[in-house]
Amino acid sequence: MASVIGDEEPVSLSEAPVRSLNMIEAINDALDIMLERDPDVIVMGEDVGYFGGVFRATAHLQEKHGKTRVFDTPISECGIIGVAVGMGAYGLRPVPEIQFADYIYPGLDQLISEAARLRYRSAGEFIAPMTVRSPFGGGIFGGQTHSQSPEAIFTHVSGLKTVVPSTPHDAKGLLIAAIEDNDPVIFFEPKRIYNGPFDGYYDKPTKPWKDHPDAKVPEGYYSIPLGKARVVREGQALTVLAYGTMVHVAEAVCREKGVDAEILDLRTLVPLDIEAVEKSVEKTGRCLVIHEATRTSGFGAELAALVQERCFYHLEAPVERVTGFDTPYPHSLEWAYFPGPIRTGEAIDKLLGA
Amino acid sequence: MAREGERGRYNRPRLSLHVPEPQFRPGDTVDFSNIPVSEAGAQARPDEACQPIETTALCYDLVRVLGDDHRAHGPWDPRLAPDELRQMLRDMALVRAFDERMYRGQRQGKTSFYMKCTGEEATSVAAVHALASDDMVFPSYRQQGILIARGYPLIEMINQIYSNRGDKLKGRQLPIMYSSRAHSFFTISGNLATQVPQAVGWAMASAIRHDSRIAATWLGEGSTAEGDFHSGMTFAAVYNAPVIFNVVNNQWAISSFSGFAGSERTTFAARAIGYGIAGLRVDGNDPLAVYAAVRWAADRARSNNGPTLIEHFTYRAEGHSTSDDPSAYRSAREREEWPLGDPIMRLKQHLIAIGEWSDEQHREMDLALAEEVKAATKEAEKNGILGHGMHHPFHTMFEDVFEELPWHLEEQADQAIRERQIKWPQ
Ligand SMILES: Cc1ncc(C[n+]2csc(CCOP(=O)(O)OP(=O)(O)O)c2C)c(N)n1
Repeated sequence: MASVIGDEEPVSLSEAPVRSLNMIEAINDALDIMLERDPDVIVMGEDVGYFGGVFRATAHLQEKHGKTRVFDTPISECGIIGVAVGMGAYGLRPVPEIQFADYIYPGLDQLISEAARLRYRSAGEFIAPMTVRSPFGGGIFGGQTHSQSPEAIFTHVSGLKTVVPSTPHDAKGLLIAAIEDNDPVIFFEPKRIYNGPFDGYYDKPTKPWKDHPDAKVPEGYYSIPLGKARVVREGQALTVLAYGTMVHVAEAVCREKGVDAEILDLRTLVPLDIEAVEKSVEKTGRCLVIHEATRTSGFGAELAALVQERCFYHLEAPVERVTGFDTPYPHSLEWAYFPGPIRTGEAIDKLLGA
Repeated sequence: MAREGERGRYNRPRLSLHVPEPQFRPGDTVDFSNIPVSEAGAQARPDEACQPIETTALCYDLVRVLGDDHRAHGPWDPRLAPDELRQMLRDMALVRAFDERMYRGQRQGKTSFYMKCTGEEATSVAAVHALASDDMVFPSYRQQGILIARGYPLIEMINQIYSNRGDKLKGRQLPIMYSSRAHSFFTISGNLATQVPQAVGWAMASAIRHDSRIAATWLGEGSTAEGDFHSGMTFAAVYNAPVIFNVVNNQWAISSFSGFAGSERTTFAARAIGYGIAGLRVDGNDPLAVYAAVRWAADRARSNNGPTLIEHFTYRAEGHSTSDDPSAYRSAREREEWPLGDPIMRLKQHLIAIGEWSDEQHREMDLALAEEVKAATKEAEKNGILGHGMHHPFHTMFEDVFEELPWHLEEQADQAIRERQIKWPQ
């Protein structure tokens, strides 16, 4: 991961003062720091300027960094990504926001045919050092156009990196790393956990981030390298490969069932931390893959294939997948769609032969 | 030796980026005197069969019929019978009463989301009065007025908003994303501007089949930035499609003022000129002007004279949706200072001025409409409200993905039903 800027030493995380932030505040903090450190960073998107974004992720940034660093754009995702490619060609480091991942599709040609391939087709003459931030995932009664998880569309494209944070701490460090990265990065923010670590129990009161250990966010600059998974908890009985909201669902289910699971938060889907995956699956011999996105050709299929190719002789059971259903995200039956504790629990039982 | 082109750089100030800024922000006093308000009746009305270029002046003017004296003026006066005017008034007032009640319902937790069209009622109601009932409409999410003016039952709208077991769309769509083929009302998408080329395609199909029906589409001014709008305009021009583009310029796209869609440089109606399409810019709060403009465009399209782009100049009086707080980005005074008034009040005063209506009748109508909405709401609530278990059966979630259910969806449906039994054993 190449970084072109920042000669100051990163603060040692153990020494930096810490405060409790929710995921929005952590993202805002990362953007603020990068706007401050690197004059090439530009933040733009629909409603991100004066208003500070419909989820408030860019609140006060325009006020602080000025209108030509942080600004509103026309409602054209194709335009937003396209001008980000042009700004990158000039030498800037744009961080466009797409208001909802569901609205990224009009920008796909610019992302897939252009941003992802500039480096390759120009033999490195031109690059697209942009980070496309976008809230994704369901669980907020947003209906079919405010709930999708389209990550597999992007992991399928060569030349794009795909990142999904699951905690405020990681959101900040990963976003900083993504902005510093010289390749185009799709940064999907699970909007259901913007304000609290939702564990899939939709009928229980929601918890805020405040008291969660991973909401302790160091002040100042730090980055978490892309391509490194996080061991959420160690265990022997099975490996759970998760990212985003589903990290919290998996944790809650394993805790509740008293299963000695090892949970890996992948954090970056491409490039994937294959070593961490192999190490864990070789240890446990069982693997559950879990995501909110639709099942068919989802990223879970890639994970299952990799585990099968690389850990076959360690496996004691077939890889299990827990996913959303292969339908659009329904409005009223949102919780029937969401891969919650029951679907996850059943898959774990099956894996453990219970 | 420097090439000639290099010289172009000499002795110039450095470049600077222009970022649009609206006139007023929260707390500002509002003065709209810079918005030119043309005199009612002063705009020429070209023949419906004219060349597109003959509408150029009208792309920068504002077609207005109702004057400050509340009377209809000039060549655009559609000379509608009082009965039709009263019906239009009633439809607009019903839309407003409906919006009020549904907004409150969302606040009371009966559903997840709602969007009002307060102040913009004429742009859908008066427009659809000027069309035939089977002309196909491709609306955005803010044209509930079309369904109401076409007589779609309120209870069906509320069932959809509550996503309950009576919802004809089976609880699949976000509230207000209606669909009614029987009312020639295309299913609404959450993705902006996608309906524009679709309307053009429908209109092309109608022309291919030598039909007499035309298509009309609506979108916000903010959405005209999407590529789909421009693709639609190009196809319409190339094939001379019988279609009407209604750009509802309500000044705001969530928190972004119309400048972020280009209004600092030209009007939205003037987009038509470059495409070679007829363009009209109308006072969107003047129901008679809206009717007249859409009727002109409909007659033009129906007689094979091609598409028209109409900019309806209006104001979004309320928040973007129930998820929005407009006081965070615009001055609350804008609504009061809006120079074109309120469409319902203007039509009411016109009817009174011509001796066809009274304050007393208006009060009675408003009471009756509030009752009608209340009764429909009560009735719909018997089918349930969002999140209280009275939804469509789980299996319906898997239907209509395809015409037939493939094996994997059948398996997933079994899974969903099993999960339900585990959660609610009975
Ligand atoms: C493709 C796409 N991008 C972004 C959005 C998010 N969004 C929903 S409404 C809206 C503003 C639209 O404004 P305008 O077109 O002016 O219509 P208005 O709401 O004012 O009626 C935005 C940005 C969306 N729904 N679809």
